[in-house]
Amino acid sequence: MTLDRVKRGQSFKITSIPNEVVRVQAIRFGIAEGETVSCEEVVPAGPIVIRKNKQQIALGRGLARQIGVVMSCTEKE
Amino acid sequence: MAHCHGPVGLKNIPEGAKKIVLAGNPNTGKSVFFNYFTGLYVDVSNYPGTTLEISHGRFGSDVIIDTPGVYGISSFNDEERIARDIILSADMVISVVDAVHLERDLFLTQQVIDTGVPVIMALNMVDEAERQGLKVDADLLSDLLGIPVIPTVAVQRKGFSEVKERLADAKTGHMTPGLEPLISRLANRVGSQGEALLVLEDDPLVAERHGLKPENHREEIYLMRRERVNDVIKHVLKESTEGATFGSLLGRWMLKPATGLPILALALYAMYYVIGVLIAGTVVGFTEETIMLEKYEPAVRGIVGQLISAESVLGTILIGEFGLLTMTITYILGLLMPLVIGFYFFLSLFEDSGYLPRIATLVDRLLTGVGLNGRGVIPLILGFGCVTMATITTRLLGSDRERRIAVLLLGLTIPCSAQLGVIAGLLAGVGGWYVALYAMVIFTVLVIIGTIMDTLLPGKSTDLLIDLPPLRLPRLDNVLKKTGTKSYNFLKEAFPLFALGALIISVFQVTGILEFLQNLLAPLTVGWLKLPKEAATAFIMGIVRRDFGAAGLSNMVLTPEQTIAALITITLFVPCIASILIIFKERSKKEAAMIWGASWAVAFLVGGIVSQLHSAFGGDGGYTGALGIILAFFGMTLATVIACRLAKRDKPRGIAG
Repeated sequence: MTLDRVKRGQSFKITSIPNEVVRVQAIRFGIAEGETVSCEEVVPAGPIVIRKNKQQIALGRGLARQIGVVMSCTEKE
Repeated sequence: MAHCHGPVGLKNIPEGAKKIVLAGNPNTGKSVFFNYFTGLYVDVSNYPGTTLEISHGRFGSDVIIDTPGVYGISSFNDEERIARDIILSADMVISVVDAVHLERDLFLTQQVIDTGVPVIMALNMVDEAERQGLKVDADLLSDLLGIPVIPTVAVQRKGFSEVKERLADAKTGHMTPGLEPLISRLANRVGSQGEALLVLEDDPLVAERHGLKPENHREEIYLMRRERVNDVIKHVLKESTEGATFGSLLGRWMLKPATGLPILALALYAMYYVIGVLIAGTVVGFTEETIMLEKYEPAVRGIVGQLISAESVLGTILIGEFGLLTMTITYILGLLMPLVIGFYFFLSLFEDSGYLPRIATLVDRLLTGVGLNGRGVIPLILGFGCVTMATITTRLLGSDRERRIAVLLLGLTIPCSAQLGVIAGLLAGVGGWYVALYAMVIFTVLVIIGTIMDTLLPGKSTDLLIDLPPLRLPRLDNVLKKTGTKSYNFLKEAFPLFALGALIISVFQVTGILEFLQNLLAPLTVGWLKLPKEAATAFIMGIVRRDFGAAGLSNMVLTPEQTIAALITITLFVPCIASILIIFKERSKKEAAMIWGASWAVAFLVGGIVSQLHSAFGGDGGYTGALGIILAFFGMTLATVIACRLAKRDKPRGIAG
């Protein structure tokens, strides 16, 4: 599935970021393909805010639609 | 750009001085370090070939250079290009790192280490990290990276003297594992490790300097570096409890529409109240009226009047209605300066607290329709204060396409605070339906123009990808210092431009061109807009400043529908002289000229349509006419949006990013 479908509080693994520039920028923020992150907030019809440790990043809906994710087996404990 | 090794193109750097460069991500407290090291004597200059300001100052016999806050040094934007060039020419780098954000910040530090320059790290905000349950082992971090690491708390100046004492210990750290063989192959050819690294990382400009093709290793190297940084963090970071602080809670509220919109409304109201009411009313009332108009201007007229006649050509230019010594000085010091200081104060407050990226996230969806992303809200908000200022802040947008749309929307549809004040006064006299009509027409014009631009301009605007820094209580001394520096720079930039504008208008007045233009416009004003002939004077004044034009209308006897048509026209009319000159400076000459021309066309077209529709709907003063026009504009907007959607569907999708 894609990043725009995740819900607040869910943890998931990022599997693919097709756009090269975005992929490279995400690596700088600490969010590379294969990384496990959680969803901090979903703005209705708007951006998805993801979080890894203390780092938070907002991604526009259009961008989130292109990013592939896989749900983690364990939800938040 | 002519590039060379050696000096980075900044003025006043003495020969033989060592270049100590401050580098770090945005909001890590770099500026506090910079101020501590340099004290009061700081040079702020535009970096050659760009509009970005770079500060540098003396530190003993050496020089400290600040760099823009960046996440890495590549060629993604102007900030990065400048940071890259300054760091590549540095003798030593002080890397300022936010201990709360090691994942993000160490990436840049490691990239700087990989360039081979000696580095010393200020591990900043260790107190805040501790409050959030994060413990960083600074000694181990120092061992792993191979550079001195000094824990600091910038706001309390804690650890600063140690950074100062240990500057000489800066070391070339341990390179990202796996990078060595790649770099050593190139380093001989390009002469430096840093340049070699950037060629490997596909930096097109650096590669071109050496006549090489980018090597296409960027992602590979980035992943190696990311792995390295994550590994280092795993060893040095101990996380105990994860308490939800009030800051993180508030940060979340700011993102949700249900709580975020009221918070935004409150923040904007506070800004409006301070700038629009307190400063524009009370402070400007004093500085402009009492000081400049009542004391300064009569005095200067008296002095100059003794030497030359006020009626002469030179007299008109110097102390006439648009005089260089009268109107120019009064507007800049009496009217603009207090407003500018107020704006920069709020801008610095929003910037330092970490609120701006959250506003951008909240309103992102609304702005994608007009070809902007969430970041675009920042210049639009600022535009309601001063379009000139807001035009400068479009620099923060992600692509040239977005800047083009934002500058056009600002110049065309956003009335500035001074104009809004005059307009509000006039609207109060014409009744609720007409107020709604005015607001709706301006809003729909913004949507229509934005949508059309988004469809016509080639490419696709960038998607929002923004780092949300932790919310922090801004430090007043930092905010004030920022406000002061920015206001001073504004003054320095605006003054000559404003003087030039005043000179041109004075010349028009002396030569009679002003009156000639007035007659030229008459068919348009009387025939099309259905206004009295004298309204032309207001529009000619409006070329200088739109609020000036609006004020001209308030002295005329107009029917409600004439008032509305005239106000809509003057709102959409050409940006004030200060704004258009800034647009000329910020954008290309061709683009600025087109914006200026388009403003004429759109203003008279829309104002005329309102006037003509009103006659078509019966021309009475009741609400049916107003309602009819609102519906007509709504229909036009809908038609434009649908047409643009259809046109877009046939177009191949561009690449985001």
